[in-house]
Amino acid sequence: MFYIYCPYCGEHREEEEFHAKGQAHLARPEDPDACSDEEWGNFLYFRSNPRGLYHELWVHAIGCRKFFNIARDTQTYEILETYRIGESPNLSQSTEQLQS
Amino acid sequence: MTQSNRLPRGGRIDRSRPLTFQFNGQTYQGFAGDSLASALLANGVDVIGRSFKYSRPRGIVAAGAEEPNAVFQIGATEATQTPNVRATQQELFEGLVSQPTSGWPNLKFDFMGVMGTILGRMLPPGFYYKTFMFPQAAWDTYEKYIRKAAGLGRSPREPDADIYDHLNQHTDVLVVGAGPAGLAAALSAARSGARVILADEQAEMGGSLLDGGDTLDGQPAAKWLKATLEELASYDNVLLLPRSTVNGYHDHNFLTIHERRTDHLSDRAPAGQSRQRLHRVRAQWVVLATGAHERPLVYGNNDLPGCMLASAVSTYINRYAVVPGQRLVLMTTNDNAYRTAFDWQDAGREVVAIVDTRQGAAGAWQAEARRRGIKVLTGHAVIEARGRKHVQGAVVSGLSADGSQALGSDQVLVCDTIATSGGWSPAVHLSCHTGSRPIWDDDVIGFVPGKTVQKQLVAGAVAGHFGLNECLEEGASLGALAATNAGFTAEPAAVPAAETRPETRPMALFCVPHHKRNSRAPKQFVDFQTDVTAAAIELATREGFESIEHVKRYTAMGFGTDQGKLGNINGMAIAAKSLNQTIPQTGTTIFRPNYTPVTFGAIVGRHVDDLFDPKRYTAMHEWHVKHGAKFEDVGQWKRPWYYPKPGETMQQALNRECLATRNSIGILDASTLGKIDIQGKDAREFLGRVYTNAWAKLAVGKCRYGLMCHEDGMVFDDGVTSCLGENHFLMTTTTGGAAGVLEWLELYHQTEWPELEVYMNTVTDHWATMTIAGPNARKLLAELTDDIDLDRDTFKFMDWRQGTVAGVPARVFRISFTGELSYEINVQAHYGLHVWEKLFEHGAKYDLTPYGTETMHILRAEKGFIIAGQDTDGSVHPYDLGMSWAVKEDKPFSFIGKRGMKREDCVRTDRKQLVGLKTLDPGIVLPEGAQAVDDPNQPKPMRMLGHITSSYYSANLKRSIAMGVIRNGHNREGDIVYYPLENGRVVEAEICGTIFLDPKGERQNV
Amino acid sequence: MSEVTNTAVDTAVTPGVALMDQQPDSTVPARSPLHHVARAQTGQASANARVFIWEEALKTHLVLRGNAESAGFRDGVKAATGLDLPEALQSQSKGDWSLSWITPDEWLLVGPGDQAFTMESHLRNHLDGHYAIINVGGGQSIVRLSGAEARSVLMKSCPYDVHDRNFPVGKIVTTVLGKTQATLRRLGDSDWELVVRRSFADYIWRWLLDAAGEYGVHVGPLLTAVRGQASQKADASTV
Repeated sequence: MFYIYCPYCGEHREEEEFHAKGQAHLARPEDPDACSDEEWGNFLYFRSNPRGLYHELWVHAIGCRKFFNIARDTQTYEILETYRIGESPNLSQSTEQLQS
Repeated sequence: MTQSNRLPRGGRIDRSRPLTFQFNGQTYQGFAGDSLASALLANGVDVIGRSFKYSRPRGIVAAGAEEPNAVFQIGATEATQTPNVRATQQELFEGLVSQPTSGWPNLKFDFMGVMGTILGRMLPPGFYYKTFMFPQAAWDTYEKYIRKAAGLGRSPREPDADIYDHLNQHTDVLVVGAGPAGLAAALSAARSGARVILADEQAEMGGSLLDGGDTLDGQPAAKWLKATLEELASYDNVLLLPRSTVNGYHDHNFLTIHERRTDHLSDRAPAGQSRQRLHRVRAQWVVLATGAHERPLVYGNNDLPGCMLASAVSTYINRYAVVPGQRLVLMTTNDNAYRTAFDWQDAGREVVAIVDTRQGAAGAWQAEARRRGIKVLTGHAVIEARGRKHVQGAVVSGLSADGSQALGSDQVLVCDTIATSGGWSPAVHLSCHTGSRPIWDDDVIGFVPGKTVQKQLVAGAVAGHFGLNECLEEGASLGALAATNAGFTAEPAAVPAAETRPETRPMALFCVPHHKRNSRAPKQFVDFQTDVTAAAIELATREGFESIEHVKRYTAMGFGTDQGKLGNINGMAIAAKSLNQTIPQTGTTIFRPNYTPVTFGAIVGRHVDDLFDPKRYTAMHEWHVKHGAKFEDVGQWKRPWYYPKPGETMQQALNRECLATRNSIGILDASTLGKIDIQGKDAREFLGRVYTNAWAKLAVGKCRYGLMCHEDGMVFDDGVTSCLGENHFLMTTTTGGAAGVLEWLELYHQTEWPELEVYMNTVTDHWATMTIAGPNARKLLAELTDDIDLDRDTFKFMDWRQGTVAGVPARVFRISFTGELSYEINVQAHYGLHVWEKLFEHGAKYDLTPYGTETMHILRAEKGFIIAGQDTDGSVHPYDLGMSWAVKEDKPFSFIGKRGMKREDCVRTDRKQLVGLKTLDPGIVLPEGAQAVDDPNQPKPMRMLGHITSSYYSANLKRSIAMGVIRNGHNREGDIVYYPLENGRVVEAEICGTIFLDPKGERQNV
Repeated sequence: MSEVTNTAVDTAVTPGVALMDQQPDSTVPARSPLHHVARAQTGQASANARVFIWEEALKTHLVLRGNAESAGFRDGVKAATGLDLPEALQSQSKGDWSLSWITPDEWLLVGPGDQAFTMESHLRNHLDGHYAIINVGGGQSIVRLSGAEARSVLMKSCPYDVHDRNFPVGKIVTTVLGKTQATLRRLGDSDWELVVRRSFADYIWRWLLDAAGEYGVHVGPLLTAVRGQASQKADASTV
């Protein structure tokens, strides 16, 4: 059971109030029609699964209903930071982690 | 006095309150303050069960949570049966009824005993895997007997009469364990004003202070204990939870505490009170002061009743005034356990000898033993217990300095109790629950909590600091640190000083060597609950199981309900030795929640019966109930399914409802449809992006049907959206999809297109919606409104109007899911029932017939209208549905799903496409899910073409109708396909269009 | 009742938005979401009741959506209601009206039951820019919970920390309740308000009554006569 700091409510809330929505920062391609099948397939289906730092999208579903991002360690489940949509994380995945 | 082992004085029991209880059909007496285990020992009950595999007699070994043998079934009535209760943790109450759970069919003679004797050599580790798992089918037969013989108890056959509940707690500091370290920690934290919870699994707080003759500042420890508890109880910011086991330590300092509120009072909880409570605690900081479990030594026949933990013997003597025997042999690797021999002697019983495994042990403790006239054999060990059903003697041999060999000749010491101490294993369980691996500490001779990301501190014995002064001081300082970390100003509480006797270094010894190899020696038990021996662990390593996790699974060590609290470290040490490794090299298995078994009742709390899941009701629900509706669950909604009249079958009711609607008028409660209010100047643009069709030109007062797809192009929801104003729309969704659709819309708005000026809000519950459908719909509505012009050319199909219906302001939508002339009347839900009843008042002359979801399904299927989630399953795009008319490809914005449905796989011509299906025999209703094939005689596995998604009997058409997906179905109209059914029957059906009735749509355009 | 016409929308107040007076005249019976269960007990409250629960039915509930940074919205709300837009997790009240923060761009305005249309019109006259007002009064209701053990009832029901230090009077939080959700507002030391959705109201009501059972529960407001009883020491199982 996570205890998640909602960057909109400004306080920690119980995991029960949130829904996890998968990998963060997956921007919809500007022009989907210009994407090849492979590019579109990558956007649709391919996700990283690192051991360690991971950025995920969550929504404070039973709360302020805002989406936001979490930087989480997938090994320890530590939440390292949370930040609003449109903001950048302070921590970023290294190339190594993305490859693993 | 029948309590032959009870001392006349001492202990923390109340001799003025005798209690009668039953065990295994016999009636005994104990006292208030007894545990069930202490009361049994007081009565001289030594055999309390039979072992799991070898069916050997077993007795009580420990005095706490680590007890492996005395695991009982409790309960005086069928409804109050509780399995898996450790007698050491069950407080005695008047009328307690307990049964051994092992030893089937009975304690004195049992089938497995015979089997165990005969099959002794045939029951190596992995026995169950090797023997019973094959053939697979036989497992079902074996399992029944194995489970019964395994002593797991049974669940009650009647509903539990008690209630259980949950309490959500938030605290600054949670202190786990109310021994000396925990008490000192709680005291420091409490004085800072921080919110503190102190939880302890025992009835009385105090931990080791309850068990021994410790003195603090020259006074009996009990005095400091009492004062400390009184002080803690006086604070509003402190919650003391005795009888409360912290059984799970989860992520981000979330812990669960299993509080047994009334288990000590009677068989059933007092009226109105929950029997057990699960506290769900979010703690800022946690201080683990969980103490340590004494480790028994492993030696031959060490499972005989009478073989006990040294500290348990002291606890029974000091706390319960019970001496479980007459003549004691104590075997120890450390000084601390000498205390047990002194307690035994002080209780007036004979200490035959202290067998100290260390050569040349000489210090304060040995001196005290000599002063007391107790024989001390250093450099010796008990290699074997003798006796049939109880210890009658101890075989003592010399021991090499490194503990690897039994030396010299044996002597047999006549005794009835062998107490052993191999040192103390810190109770690291909770610290492991979030994935932290414990670390071996050579000085501690045990694992201590490892690195963790939790906001956790460890104090006292769990940290490997066993001395009473250390515990108190560390507790006080870490309690203060926890409070400080949580944002309070805290100072370590001053703690009293304990008088201690200096201790010399203990010896790391786990399994006492016999003269014979372990495989030939009398069985040396490591895990009593699963009957794992030292020889079995060695065999497992010889068979190639090198990882301790594999050894554990192969031997079943630690698999019992005690989770190996007593035996695991010994087992790991034996495995390490057998693998020629150090213990740290071998490593340890880690513990998972729960620390001790938790009842299902406590886990589910009040989420039972009526409160199991929310039931959502519409504003007209009372009417449906009153009129005999059968209900269907749609999500959490209770929707009328059909309204049978007395004596009607379901099919008869459906036929009646369907005919009435098509021939006159029917009414449906459609309030559960999801409704989303959308406002803002970009609302129209937003709709264009999330729906597949066009919205740019939808005029105010008009409605339009739309499909929603995910990015992969697959349909996931549909509904009608109406233009309420130039910048104002009302979207409807499926009943089950409502919440998901709104979240999905918000996802796109918040993360992709925040620049669009649009606000979306759910108004599902705000509006009561009733659909009247059928040729008489206009006539009925006309009677109830005088301000809406219902003329067919003024108020057209797919228009909506605002007006008054039955005196209530309403929005009326002329839309249709039945193909009939149909109006959806929406009023504020407070007035829904009123309008509904008025419709019936006026509708009687038209035979206004309420219909439920099933008739709705049939009527829409007659018209070929899809239901998202029934005719679609996430793999169907609009073209598969034959709904290209609902896709506007040339919208300027690449709407969601557009690119997805253009992928190579989505434009194949042989995709499964939605078609209508008519069985050649009109009386047969195909089962939904039935698979079509072209040739029913082809060899299996057959090539399947697709399945039936919707199938009904249509009273209007006097035949069955179905929809389903068929490969390339849109090009196969007129073909016959075959549906081989489970019962061997093959049903022939013709592929047709999906519209079975009124293909031109004339019925709704009247 | 407003003038009802056979046109689709009344665009007089806000162009592009369908404003609608949804309330019939008083001869039409209104049924609140809890009308079937929340009938106040008659007579004196049980002397042992330490929880009081009742429905504040049929009030005006308007959702206001807008940008707090935008003067056209913020000042308009102030002008129309006399209330400042509350900050995150805060609420304001004045007279019969309360205004509560719900999400970063959403507030709930609650007032007397017959005021929805008047207030919405009034607001629309004062607001400017990108905003939305949604009448949700039919879709939700208010459950009031008070008494010495009201907080204990919430601890059994909600995972949110309802301790004084974390949940002072005036705070408002939407959180999990049982297996659904509610918006909790603290009105006083032992006085709480729960905004609940209509279709879940029955479940929430049952849940709360069940949770309050062990403390003694009275359906109906706390009467002055028994106020003394209600301030007994709270249950020992909570801090």
